Amino acid sequence: MAVIKQDSPTYSVREMIKEKKAKQSGLMFVEKLMPKLLLLTAVISVLTTLGILFTLLFETFTFFSRVSIIEFLTAKEWLPWNEENGSFGVAPLVTGTLLTTGIAMVVAIPIGLASAIYLSEYASDKTRRIIKPILEVLAGIPTIVYGFFALTFVTPLLKQIIPDLGIFNALSPGIVMGIMIIPMVASLSEDAMSSVPNAIREGALGLGSTKLEVALKVVLPASASGIIASFVLAISRAVGETMIVAVAGGSSPVLSFDVTQSIQTMTAYIVQVTTGDAGYGTTIYYSIYAVGMTLFVFTLAMNLLAQYISRRFREEY
Amino acid sequence: MKKLIDQEKVIKNMAGRLVKNNFFKFLFFLATVFGLIVLVVLLYRIFTQAIGWLDIDFLQNFASRRPEEAGIKAALIGSLWLMVIVAPLSLILGVGTAIYLEEYAKKNRFTDFIQTNISNLAGVPSIVFGLLGLTVFVRGMELGRSVMAAGLTMSLLVLPVIVVAAQEAIRAVPNQLREASYGMGATKWQTIYRVVLPAAIPGILTGSILALSRAIGETAPLVVIGIPTFIAYLPKSIFDTFTVMPMQIYNWTGRPQEEFQHVAAAGIVVLLFVLILMNSIAVFIRNKFQKRF
Repeated sequence: MAVIKQDSPTYSVREMIKEKKAKQSGLMFVEKLMPKLLLLTAVISVLTTLGILFTLLFETFTFFSRVSIIEFLTAKEWLPWNEENGSFGVAPLVTGTLLTTGIAMVVAIPIGLASAIYLSEYASDKTRRIIKPILEVLAGIPTIVYGFFALTFVTPLLKQIIPDLGIFNALSPGIVMGIMIIPMVASLSEDAMSSVPNAIREGALGLGSTKLEVALKVVLPASASGIIASFVLAISRAVGETMIVAVAGGSSPVLSFDVTQSIQTMTAYIVQVTTGDAGYGTTIYYSIYAVGMTLFVFTLAMNLLAQYISRRFREEY
Repeated sequence: MKKLIDQEKVIKNMAGRLVKNNFFKFLFFLATVFGLIVLVVLLYRIFTQAIGWLDIDFLQNFASRRPEEAGIKAALIGSLWLMVIVAPLSLILGVGTAIYLEEYAKKNRFTDFIQTNISNLAGVPSIVFGLLGLTVFVRGMELGRSVMAAGLTMSLLVLPVIVVAAQEAIRAVPNQLREASYGMGATKWQTIYRVVLPAAIPGILTGSILALSRAIGETAPLVVIGIPTFIAYLPKSIFDTFTVMPMQIYNWTGRPQEEFQHVAAAGIVVLLFVLILMNSIAVFIRNKFQKRF
């Protein structure tokens, strides 16, 4: 803003323009600089992804120069600590992960979906406003707290029902992980169900359907893509979950589907190695990157699948 | 003449259908309440375990081999040190990215790529970020197990969450505000800096505080980069080694002595208290300053 200085006789329009231009050039500089600076911050996130990819690829290659990739994928034993005849077959870690994930899904999918149906189809606005934030609290509790809860409360509780249950087992962390994921399934599924337009519900109700029939035969099919995407995301979340299984799942990589005994997941193995003192440069050190790579590929595939499902099969209204 | 609808059959079935409806409504309600019940049990269990162990000494003592003397001082202060790095860094990067994507970026392939990249980054398990931090920050930049290395790792971890929150907040600012600003002769950056950001800041802060509270509770990446748990001093600079609350709790949970379970529970109470505090601030900001346009 140029202020007209009336007391200075030499002040002319020409000078005003000059002054304005001088100011403008500073402004224009900022104006040109800011988008570039902001673009730079946006590029950081791309660099992070590249960093993750290169780190994992690079160190995994080092690992595969020592252990054949065929052994990694096909051997049935994971015995990295054996000096003499160590074996690096990732299968036991994968089954351990799938076991806890499977148990978590058995808990999270029915309960999460049922909560979503209740919140979206039955609950009043007031109830929803009370219940949803409380469910969010459940999702906000740190995973280490859930791990502690699984080890010191759920495992002893389950031991009263199943006397053979080990101190470390797949069942207890699986269940607790499922509870942790309930809010995620519930809220994503509810979003999908809420986006089904009311006109469709009213049509079905007008034809004499009960609310249950509307929910199961009209709303569920219409929002199926979003709901299934939420399940896939939940699986991805469970596969990558670390602290619950590291605390309560144990550290015995065995190729079995016995949920009452100690197992080891991919994430728990990485934790075991990094808390121990496997020196830098040992094969064990590089093995965590190969396991991390497996984990990364698993979760990335799941996330892409979820995006594909919700995009490809979405019902547009 | 044959009736299209068999009235008798409808009436006969109606009672059963209504019963089924009510039964399932009850079942769905039960499922919803299940989560709340678990939450109550979890909190009750942890608080009762912590009683008697949580006192002023617990806050003032360093880690110890004897459970009675163990305290959370180093971890509590360490968590605050972590925030010194994570809060400014993730906020600047996150809000910058959000402004770029919402205000400047053209709708082209590159923008789509960044956007997809961010949503995929949000789905990467936190432990993988730990591997990144271990390789790049701890070993590559030789930062060691310092506040700096942990802070950089955690900043990248929460970045996608902050970007998405900030994008939503910026998108919620109505276009009339921008147009009015342009109409007054303001430039694009002036409009963003003086009109859009002030209007969006409550939403950005709310989302960011929630993201930061996730960083406070996160354990896995710090385990991987090798943050120690037994530390009897406070960090003096951001290049010192340190420990944080979740790491300390993890360490206590893994100890065989029964007493350490109580110490861990006391630690969890302190951690939950910090998280509740942060969440309350977020809710307060949302309710107090959030404008509805």
